Amino acid sequence: MSEQKNRWLRLLLLLPMLMAFGLGVFLYAGLGKDPTKLESSLVGQKLTDFTGESLADPTRILGRDDILGTPSLINVWATWCPTCKAEHAFLNALVAQEGVRIIGVNYHDQREPAKQWLAELGDPYAFSIYDPQGRLGIELGVVGAPETYLVDANGFIIDKLTGELNERTWADMKPQYESLMAQQAQ
Amino acid sequence: MSRILATLLFCLFYSVSSPVVAAIETYQFASPELAERFTDLTLELRCPKCQNQNLADSDSIIAKDLRRQVKIMVDDGQSDEQIRAFMVQRYGDFILYNPPFKAQTLVLWLAPLVLLIIGALVLVFIRRGKGTAAATLDDQERAELDSLIKQQQDQNK
Repeated sequence: MSEQKNRWLRLLLLLPMLMAFGLGVFLYAGLGKDPTKLESSLVGQKLTDFTGESLADPTRILGRDDILGTPSLINVWATWCPTCKAEHAFLNALVAQEGVRIIGVNYHDQREPAKQWLAELGDPYAFSIYDPQGRLGIELGVVGAPETYLVDANGFIIDKLTGELNERTWADMKPQYESLMAQQAQ
Repeated sequence: MSRILATLLFCLFYSVSSPVVAAIETYQFASPELAERFTDLTLELRCPKCQNQNLADSDSIIAKDLRRQVKIMVDDGQSDEQIRAFMVQRYGDFILYNPPFKAQTLVLWLAPLVLLIIGALVLVFIRRGKGTAAATLDDQERAELDSLIKQQQDQNK
């Protein structure tokens, strides 16, 4: 009787060790995670009906309708953002080689330096929307530049990338883009 | 002399600290209630960029934009719930320092409770273990003990 009880108590002594082990596994699983990668709750939702000035031409007012019609990337960029500069050549290549339509959101920037940047580095954008106060940014759920959104022809957000668009990150997004293009072709 | 020195020191200190203070913009509100709601909301909402700060503390671009958005919405007569929903719609539950109870946050909410229960159980086990150890003498053992005690008492006489 007491013998059996002792055995149970001894098993109970293992419990803290098991719990510590479980906690270790739980914390270890969290180690590699990037805390800046947040789920975007706008994925799957339609773009809000925004309006904004064209970067190139202040008199031209752009809105959601200008984006619709074909699957596109929306790229949030600024001249003060080093990563934007790093990904710029890749954006140029994406347009030239794969014919991807990219729409720019010029985020918290100044018009003249931004225009000059495009003149110097090339302009991959079908058009850029000038968003000096980040109002469109809030509508998109932008946290910082650069960010890239994949939207379908009806303006639904399909995917979002925080950070640099390059060969590796484009490889993740490309299958979705291609399936959208295939749907579009039908 | 010491007063001049103190004034100079104050000026020096103030010139160093004032840019920091000036970095957070000041807003005018129509009533103290609106100002209080603005303050509460910006303390409660988390900055999506600098993740361990709230909107009120952060000096990042996005925090500034979102403070302006809260200000606009508060002035516009929107409720706290509407403002929170607006933020969650765009930035996810992450933006709330007080996350809602749902499947993804189950561990977050229940872990403390589960740990408390485990702790209580361990305590109960330990206590009961002590209590029963004293009470598990069977009749034979009790008789042996009694005779031992009696022996001792006899010796002491």
